Amino acid sequence: MTKSRLTRRGVLRTGAAMGGVLATPTLFTGAAWAQDSGFTNAPTGSTVTLGFNVPQTGPYADEGADELRAFELAVEHLNGEGDGGMLQTFSSDALEGGGILGKKVEYVTGDTQTKSDAARASARSMIEKDGAVMISGGSSSGVAVAVQGLCQEAGVIFMAGLTHSNDTTGKDKKANGFRHFFNAYMSAQAMAPVLEGLYGSDRKAYHLTADYTWGWTQQESIQAATEALGWETVNNVLTPLAATDFSSYIAPVLNSGADVLVLNHYGGNMVNSLTNAVQFGLKEATANGKDFQIVVPLYSELMARGAGENIAGIPGSQNWDWKIENQLGDRYKGTNAFVQSFGEKYGFPPSQAAHTCYAQTILYADAVQRAGSFNPCAVAEALEGYEFDGLGNGPTLYRASDHQCFKDVVVVRGKENPENEFDLVEIVEATPAEKVTYDPEHEMFAGGNLGECNPGA
Amino acid sequence: MLGLNTKDTWLLVIVALMTLFAPFLLNPFPANSSLAQFNAGYPDLMQRFVIFGIFAIGFNILFGLTGYLSFGHAAFLGVGSYAAVWMFKLLGYNVVPAIILSVIVGAVFALLIGFISLRRSGIYFSILTLAFAQMSFALAYSVLTPITNGETGLQVYTSDPQYFQRSGAPDIPHFFGLEMRATETLRMGGWSFDINAGYYLCAAVLLVAFYMAIRLFRSPFGMMLRAVKSNQQRLNYTGLNARPYTLAAFVISGMYAGLAGGLMASMDPLAGAERMQWTASGEVVLMTILGGAGTLIGPVLGAGFIKYFENIFSKINDGVLHGWFGFLPDGIENVLVTVVHPFVGKGWHLTLGLLFMLVVIFLPGGLVEGGQRIGKYVFRRRGRKAGGAEAEAARKQPAE
Repeated sequence: MTKSRLTRRGVLRTGAAMGGVLATPTLFTGAAWAQDSGFTNAPTGSTVTLGFNVPQTGPYADEGADELRAFELAVEHLNGEGDGGMLQTFSSDALEGGGILGKKVEYVTGDTQTKSDAARASARSMIEKDGAVMISGGSSSGVAVAVQGLCQEAGVIFMAGLTHSNDTTGKDKKANGFRHFFNAYMSAQAMAPVLEGLYGSDRKAYHLTADYTWGWTQQESIQAATEALGWETVNNVLTPLAATDFSSYIAPVLNSGADVLVLNHYGGNMVNSLTNAVQFGLKEATANGKDFQIVVPLYSELMARGAGENIAGIPGSQNWDWKIENQLGDRYKGTNAFVQSFGEKYGFPPSQAAHTCYAQTILYADAVQRAGSFNPCAVAEALEGYEFDGLGNGPTLYRASDHQCFKDVVVVRGKENPENEFDLVEIVEATPAEKVTYDPEHEMFAGGNLGECNPGA
Repeated sequence: MLGLNTKDTWLLVIVALMTLFAPFLLNPFPANSSLAQFNAGYPDLMQRFVIFGIFAIGFNILFGLTGYLSFGHAAFLGVGSYAAVWMFKLLGYNVVPAIILSVIVGAVFALLIGFISLRRSGIYFSILTLAFAQMSFALAYSVLTPITNGETGLQVYTSDPQYFQRSGAPDIPHFFGLEMRATETLRMGGWSFDINAGYYLCAAVLLVAFYMAIRLFRSPFGMMLRAVKSNQQRLNYTGLNARPYTLAAFVISGMYAGLAGGLMASMDPLAGAERMQWTASGEVVLMTILGGAGTLIGPVLGAGFIKYFENIFSKINDGVLHGWFGFLPDGIENVLVTVVHPFVGKGWHLTLGLLFMLVVIFLPGGLVEGGQRIGKYVFRRRGRKAGGAEAEAARKQPAE
């Protein structure tokens, strides 16, 4: 069916077309994303664009919505609108409410859908289309790791939102990525003494674990910490992140010989699994002659709200709590300033996800201001080894070797008789930062490499 | 030219021109204007247009020609991506071996699934492929974590061996040194156009894939596949075994999907399990039907249409809406924002669903039929008959 007709005209035409195709690559010899300024998306006009990539759908949508509120508030404060929030208490005075380096802060938002693929696509469009010079937000470690990798390649700064996996600043750490939130290892270290005090050192634990990077490292950390107390680990069952009904996972727990159930779940997952566990009567059950107990290593007010009265008495850890300054004093200054401006704008207190995102935005803006440049390498240098205070967590260090913040960890319990729907947890203690600090080459964090900071030029 | 008749040659030339000038065509609004929101000419989205175009062309070879509705095609895209990322991890960042392996893996995987699934036709075939795809998704998501890195997604680490990565070569996917991410931004007045290396690689692959699809559509083999679609029973009665033909079509279409997956990983070296989920498989069915199943250009149009909605409409938030309607009095502004709100941003699925319904009800042949109707209206006086073999194929119903 093919008729081969070689004509002079045809050969000429094909030759010209081929030449055109072959010449195309020469277009790309110039600087790539950088526009004459040495780094990706250098702001040229009177504004600078930040990209806020949060889950607006999926199991972590509540956290995402709260993060977005915090970002809006932070941008307001950076632009000198509102009451300034934590800028008043922040130990650095570089920011004066006139934007960042005199440029007004604007922002674009995206939906991560709590899926690595979707999160990266959304972050790419913010970087490529909207010219975002920094990406922040997110409520899943899987997404944080994926987006952090993208930001490293694209040459923009990634200020992680809520991500609690050890890997984010361990195995998967990147030079362009920074995490303010605490991690699974810290949770476990802070909780172990509390668990020993509450439940003794002779316990048998059954783990239900969300099947992704955060769940794995959370389970690994809490298992190591509790086994150091003398606890025994009966079983560890991995559950899919997308699961909404955990009955089939809870049913075998009672007959397993365990007397503690550890729910390494977060967000909607935890709300559902805890509700299932309570429905199965685990809270009233006894095993091995002891009262059955439930532990939720990573806690949040939003989850407590979702789980309702089921949360009563259940211990867990948090990065921050909106009541901390009132209850534990001036060390945690900034908290009240933030809670007040957030409450005035939205009518309820912020969650820890909101707090960490707000703090990250302020820290980024401050680092740019101190560095005098939006260049990611200059910003990274300004953040590395930076010690600050007044952002609600007490004195904090941004460690240079892994870009992880070190600060006090809050251990909390569900209140037995909450007064209102926002006051659902009580603070048990704040574990000082020294007790949760670890070596960057600790076995749970080893194997990673920050690499070189990438300005994208 | 190239063994095509005049009409097909023109189609190929038009597609070539469209892909060549896409960075300009897709950025019709000045960068600082309020309509810049609707610009789609940034590298990520342009790459997605062509990659999903390839995916849909391949799907259409199966669905459009044989009428077999596979509901698990995303599985091949997924394995293609994983294969490509593994090549990056083991060999180095050159995209050529990655793309080649992704096609091979797609083919092998399709042969396996097709061999079993094609024992049934109609709805049973769809269910079988769906089951296989969901199985692959579940495997990738948890059981095969050492190979797929589970929910985090497979990515390249600095500690990976990369045996053939030369010391001077770029640290991101490249085509013999030409970085896929390399972008030259042309500024002309208020306009800015992104000329991206990765996009043009994808576009070149799209043209080859499109050309091969045309040849396949017009070949005796394509005719055989159409025979399967129009009446498989009659085909059996004439003593022909349709299975080898359908299996070949299935494998070819799996190779296209694998190729699309490999390209996706080449543009952004991360493979997540979500791209194998059934929603992703459903998406390519939508693309093909929306554009026009059984037509050559339809699937590409459908892919572009859906990706545009996903990426552009989903980014219109309340702030943007208030910006648009800001000139109106407050009351009317708020009412309008409330009315439009459910259809943009998170609600882009709703808009897409409505459009899909409209297309299926009023234009069963998809966007291509819409184009043909307009064409007929315009050229009516000349008495030209639009369509031909393509329109004919589009009208045919899928096999029982």
